[in-house]
Order: sequence, then structure tokens, then C-alpha cells
Amino acid sequence: MEEEIITSGRNIPHIDPTLDIWHWPIPVYLFLGGLAAGIMFFASLYTIMRRDHELPTAVKWSTFLVPFLLVIGLFALFIDLKNQWNFWRLYVTFRIESPMSWGAWVLMGITPLSFLWAASYLKELLPGWSWRLPVLEKFEAWIIRQRRKIAWIMIILSALLGIYTGILLSAFNARPLWNTAILGPLFLVSGLSTGAAVIMWMSKSVHESHLFGRIDLLLIAIELFLITHLFMGFLAGPEVQLAAADLFLNGEFAFPFWGGVVFLGLLLPMVLEIAKLRGRKIPAALPAILILAGGFLLRYLIVEGGEMTGYIY
Amino acid sequence: MRYAMAIDTKKCVGCADCVVACQIENDVPHGYCRDWITEKTVGTYPKLEMEIRSERCNHCENAPCVRCCPTGASYIAEGGVVLVEAAKCIGCGACIESCPYDARYSHPEGHVDKCTFCIHRVREGKQPACVAVCPTKCMYFGDLDDPSSEISKQLRTRKFKVLSPEAGTKPHVYYLI
Repeated sequence: MEEEIITSGRNIPHIDPTLDIWHWPIPVYLFLGGLAAGIMFFASLYTIMRRDHELPTAVKWSTFLVPFLLVIGLFALFIDLKNQWNFWRLYVTFRIESPMSWGAWVLMGITPLSFLWAASYLKELLPGWSWRLPVLEKFEAWIIRQRRKIAWIMIILSALLGIYTGILLSAFNARPLWNTAILGPLFLVSGLSTGAAVIMWMSKSVHESHLFGRIDLLLIAIELFLITHLFMGFLAGPEVQLAAADLFLNGEFAFPFWGGVVFLGLLLPMVLEIAKLRGRKIPAALPAILILAGGFLLRYLIVEGGEMTGYIY
Repeated sequence: MRYAMAIDTKKCVGCADCVVACQIENDVPHGYCRDWITEKTVGTYPKLEMEIRSERCNHCENAPCVRCCPTGASYIAEGGVVLVEAAKCIGCGACIESCPYDARYSHPEGHVDKCTFCIHRVREGKQPACVAVCPTKCMYFGDLDDPSSEISKQLRTRKFKVLSPEAGTKPHVYYLI
């Protein structure tokens, strides 16, 4: 039988035998960024649609989480840099070809805006709250008047943030598992789905909780469709992508992916939400936690799996 | 001007002199290397064929590492040589993830490091360290735009290949076969 053996004299730390450059902070950031994008997308959408009184959790209460999610996510990104005190270099340049440069600037826009958004609702959350300084009170009043304009900026930034978390990976042509245009839409939809799950979980109104349950069902269906397409694309692709697909179809990632992400993170919450919408007594926390855990596991497996795929020559 | 390298796989014996020369010339940290030896054995026993290659950064024309870099630390210098400016590098790892040849590594000091085609020597009119020490003289370095350069002559007269051309990177390290 014709055989082929490749031996290499190279054994560089974190490069050989398989790449180990990105660690857990990267999927943590991709998850938190996607979740923050999901929450802000719905908050700005329903602000633009003037449904903020009808859907207070989506527009107001859930957005108090976003500054925390983004700050923790940014910190995770920061700790995985190897030359940390050079991080400011991201903000003295804009490189149009680099998704990471886009991401850095989108975060620079959305993080302060998310603080302003939450702060503008602080008096509704804590009725006795005062900003003490008259200039701050005036600034707050101005921000409240600009809410719809901010929502228009926010909806664009949140869509960019959500899609960027996937495009960041798909731009690397050296990693066949990531090098697919489906990853951007998949991570965007997954981020929106985790955002909708949090709103559904937090909401005290049946109307709002059911609306986001239905939105989430639609998003889960789209996600399943995109995952199917992801693997269809791989299986119709070149040898390196066949090998990448094999890692998830037969290899060590198959069980956590199909069992964890697809069954526990998508199909089971889908069934639970349908039962809930049909009047069964199911606590909203259960499908929400499954969706959140599935969203994180999806990113973790894609990042870890991608680093194991590459070109063989 | 377009710098390139050609390595004669029929002459290379895999002695790793190029690896050691590079480590000394460029003060590469212990345990790391900017160039390395790969041996590929193909066939059916007892009819086997071995190809030995000295590999390094391919200084690609369509360099994914340069495209992905968020700060511009990875850039294309004179003669198409791909370089890293350590002072601008944040160590995000994007370029390492983007290289189909895994030619880059994270230097213990934090920045990313890789083969420079010994541009500091080339600017002085010398050959890269790996080429200069090769005991079998299997490596050629020079300007592809100059038809009289040794590398241009080799590529005119010999069959050659590049590594993973399907990655679309347009490498500038050629292997004479």
C-alpha cells in the first residue's frame, strides 16, 4: 500500500504538534461579545420600533448586564495577549483588511455607548438615584432625548459585533474549520439567540417572555440550518476541510458537539420552549441556561477544533 | 526587486546546519527555531522515496499574516520580505493562526517572531545565514526580477514546486524537485 510519512524536526512551544496559541479567554470573549450584541440588538430594535413600554426587559433591564459582559470580555481578550502593554497600538491604527482591527474599533464604540444606555435607565431601576452634579443631570436628560438616535447607531454596532466574532475566525485561511463564510452568520444568530434567552429568562411579563421564546425558536431553527450548511460546505470542500469536518463527525469533537451543542444546547431547549408556549409549566431558566451553555460550548469547540486543523504538505 | 529562495531537495541531506546557523545569527531563544527540516517519505516498501526540505517562512506574496494583523506590526518590506516590527506587536496571535505553514511563533518576550530572510545581512550584500552555511550548497537566495541571478537561473532550468499552493498564499520559497 502506498504510504506517506512526514517527520519534522520542529518542536516549538505552543506551535507543535498542534497550535495552542489561543486559550479559554478567546471563546469566553466570543461568547460574551455575542451575548452583549444579542441583548443590545433587541434593545435598540424595540427602541426604534417604539415598543419600550411594552417590552421593558428587552429595552431597559437586560441592558444593565451589557457593560459588565463587555468589560469582562475585553479583560479576557487582554489577558490572552502576549504583549499586553502594547494593546493601545490597536487604537493608533485602523487596518481595513484585519477583522481584529474592525472588532477593536467596534468595541471602542459599543462599550461606552452601552454604559450610557444603561445609565440613562438607572433612575427607573433605582427610583431614589441622583447624579448629584447638575451637569450630569443635564447630560442624562440630553441622552434620554437622543435615545432613538443612539438606538440606530447601536443596532448597527451590535450587528457588527455579533457578526465580527465569527468573521474573526473565518478570515484565517490557514485553519480549514474556520475558513468558511457561514461562521459569521452562525455566530451572529447564536449571539442573538443567547441574548433572546437572557431576556426571556429575566422578563416578568408573560407577553414579553413568550415573544422572546418565539424569537428564540426561530433563531434556533436558523442556527440548525446554518450548522447543516456548515458541514455540507465542508463535505463538498477540499481535502483539508474534509479532515476538519471529520474531527466533528467522527473525531474527538463529535460527541461534545452533537451531544452538547446540538442536542443539549439547541434541540432540547427548542422542545422545552415549544412546551412552554403551549402552556406547560417549565421555568424559563431551564431553556435559557441550556441555550447559554450551548452558545459557549459552540465557540469553545470551534476555537479549540480550528487550532487542530491545518494544511499538510 | 523580489527576493526569493530556492532549495534543492535533491541535494539537501537534512543536516540542520541551516537551523543552527539561523538560531545563532538571529539569537533565537532556546527551544524555538525560524527554520526547520521536514522529511517526507512516500511509496510502497521497499520502493520508497524521501524528500528532505529546509523550511521557513515563505514570504508569501498574498500574505495572510499581514492581512490579519490589527496593528500593522506585520508588514511587507523591500523585495517582498515579510517582517514583524516587535515594538508594534501586541501578541494577539492572529498572524500565527493565519499562517498555513505555522512559520511564526510567540517569542518569550511577547512579540511574534519568524524568518526575516536575514534582511540585515542581505542589506549588507551578504547571503542569509542558512544559505551561507549550507555544506551541500543546496540553497539559493536572490532577486527573481534579475534574470541573471542564480535563483532565476535555477528556476528557469529546474522543475520546482511551492508548499500548499492551494492555500492561495503565493509562496516565495521554491523547492527544486
